[in-house]
Amino acid sequence: MKEIILCKYGEIALKGLNKSSFESMMVKSIKYRLKSLGDFEIYRSQSTLYVEPLDEDIDVDEVSDRLSKVFGIVKLCRCCVLEKEMSVILEKGCDYLAEQLDSARTFKVEAKRSDKRFELKSPQICAEMGGAVLDRFPHLKVDVHDPDVTVVVEIREQNAYVHAGQTDGAGGLPVGSSGKAMLLLSGGIDSPVAGYMIARRGARVSAIHFEAPPYTSDRARMKVEKLAKIISAYCGEIDFYCVPFTKIQELLRDNCPEEFFTIIMRRLMMEIAQRICEREGIQALITGESLGQVASQTMYAMVCTDAVCRMPVFRPCVGLDKSEIVEIARKIDTFDTSILPYEDCCTVFTPKHPRTKPKLAEVEKAQQSFDFEPYIRQAVEETSVQYIKTY
Amino acid sequence: MIYFDNAATTAVCEEAVAAVNKGLQNFGNPSSLHRLGLDAELIVSGARETIADALGADPSEVYFTSGATESSNTAVFGAYKAHSKRKNKVIISSVEHPATANAALALEEAGCEVVRIAPREDGRFYAGDFIDAADENTFLVSVMMVNNETGYVLPVSEIFSGIKKKDRTILTHCDCVQGFMKLPVKVKKLGADMISLSGHKIHAPKGVGALYLKKGVHLPSLVYGGGQESGFRSGTESVPLIAGFGAAVEKLSPTVNERYKKVSALRDCLVSKCREKGYTVNSTEDASPYVVSIAIKGLRSEVLLHYLEKKQIYVSSGSACSKGKKSSVLAQFGCAAVSDFTLRISFCSDNTAEEIDTLINEIANAENELAKVR
Repeated sequence: MKEIILCKYGEIALKGLNKSSFESMMVKSIKYRLKSLGDFEIYRSQSTLYVEPLDEDIDVDEVSDRLSKVFGIVKLCRCCVLEKEMSVILEKGCDYLAEQLDSARTFKVEAKRSDKRFELKSPQICAEMGGAVLDRFPHLKVDVHDPDVTVVVEIREQNAYVHAGQTDGAGGLPVGSSGKAMLLLSGGIDSPVAGYMIARRGARVSAIHFEAPPYTSDRARMKVEKLAKIISAYCGEIDFYCVPFTKIQELLRDNCPEEFFTIIMRRLMMEIAQRICEREGIQALITGESLGQVASQTMYAMVCTDAVCRMPVFRPCVGLDKSEIVEIARKIDTFDTSILPYEDCCTVFTPKHPRTKPKLAEVEKAQQSFDFEPYIRQAVEETSVQYIKTY
Repeated sequence: MIYFDNAATTAVCEEAVAAVNKGLQNFGNPSSLHRLGLDAELIVSGARETIADALGADPSEVYFTSGATESSNTAVFGAYKAHSKRKNKVIISSVEHPATANAALALEEAGCEVVRIAPREDGRFYAGDFIDAADENTFLVSVMMVNNETGYVLPVSEIFSGIKKKDRTILTHCDCVQGFMKLPVKVKKLGADMISLSGHKIHAPKGVGALYLKKGVHLPSLVYGGGQESGFRSGTESVPLIAGFGAAVEKLSPTVNERYKKVSALRDCLVSKCREKGYTVNSTEDASPYVVSIAIKGLRSEVLLHYLEKKQIYVSSGSACSKGKKSSVLAQFGCAAVSDFTLRISFCSDNTAEEIDTLINEIANAENELAKVR
């Protein structure tokens, strides 16, 4: 039986004259992800994208899994494609959903008739389909409030479609529709979540990581690369920049007051990240900071780090509790990788008593005691880049 | 390259490589009736005899496994399966390798009482503590021979003979992974009903180990199938790996004492240099010379480890099994204060005094270059 996946989009439908440019971006990212699975026909009609596998052997489970990670799609619906003929719909529709109906106890039927020329009206379609299901699966009972399975019959322009309800898509806006941003990716729980959240709003995300061997290990860097790879299933291909940061950390330790280590380090990281952004035409920074989570994430500290920034800094986790961030990390499957126990770049140089309410003037004065500029330039020059992608 | 992580794994010796190759070429299934099968069977039985000889055991008492973790699991769960109807108490040391410790933990979750005997305040184990803990409800006492993080040698034969005097039916298991082919290991002297051995810690390949099971001790099988290994551990034998294991034992067995002396001299050299530099030596003087645990206050283990790695010197922080997880074993031995700064230097007889000099020099360089924990 021919199967097809309907991808329904939410807010793109409201985009007025720009709608088609959003749609084509989404089609592009869908094509990109499905490329390795076989040939597909993708077409759009009535605020829905139709993804039709052209080959019998295509793994439709994998297709719908990949589509569930495409930003811009709000609902996904895997259905069989049928002739617009009621007797066919009743028979083949039951065949298609047999496995689900066999193991269910209750069901209901919904009908959507966007082709108003179809001879039966929605309530009549429901009644006929309901009757057919009960004849074929006599153990089932109708429950219109909380059914185990909802059988949906959609009569559209070209064909009729039968399915057992929609599943959630990734939501948001298609990647690339909102500009480019650089994610400061540490290896912890928060930053991959932050990257995911901003990519979900349509940004094309690059990532930057600061490594400090021997204070950090190859395994620690590989862990961060793995995190980038996991979120690239959502964000698409990621340019991954890796900055050698050992020298700067050691200079910082030798030349600045301990209580300001972390805050100055973050200012230097922001500076390096920005220079790479400016070079690459990236318009904003993303961090995983959550207000008040640690000393460098108080509002006072953010004032001090933002003072060096010439571009917007997006902090999508700023208002989330740790438990909420963890929940998202589990959903996007970064959590188990984030908690692997490798030394992270900050721990060795973490001050015992960091200032939670640093004053900008003091921090600036402390940072001026040493000329970091040549080392910032060197770090930018020696930064390596690789392309990370899942599909 | 300087390799000081021999307690994690060892370089495969030439003899073992040759034997593995021979085992790969002789591709027959030892259970096949034809000549190819017989050739493969002879390779396996030859290795079994070599290992049995080295242990002072009968070949029929040696069963090949996938490694020491499987051996220890077989011993612990097998003992449980055999005795759980009448008895439910297990005694282990508090410093066992996870292969034993976590198997015991699983028994605890299944309702067994697990007694973990810790070192006394002086950091030493006393046989009496184990013997006193045993009672009519006890079915297994499992004690490792040499601790993998500090080299501490537990008084296994004293413990096991005391246990057997108290109750002959209590099974005794010894994890000899860090002792076999390094210290003399003879089954009679050890008094163990079961012994776990590993190939890759003694210059054989990874993926092969053995369980010694004393004649007359009946353990139910945990792996059912075609009845290989006398029906105790089904599954077609890994002929090449077993051949490699046998070849390594054949090479090392005659030189246990000689190598012990050589490695002791290396250990003494390292310890005296550490003392000169003011580094802490966590290992006791009577520990196995093959494992030396030291601590350099202020230098985090992982940082120093990666510093040394850049200089082509390979050491370990704690034990390699846990990849960065914090060790509770050091705390058991009273070294909790330095556990963040601990390195494990583990030797084989190919190491040299010059390599130790290089190590000490590089640690001194690291002290100058690296940021210290305040």
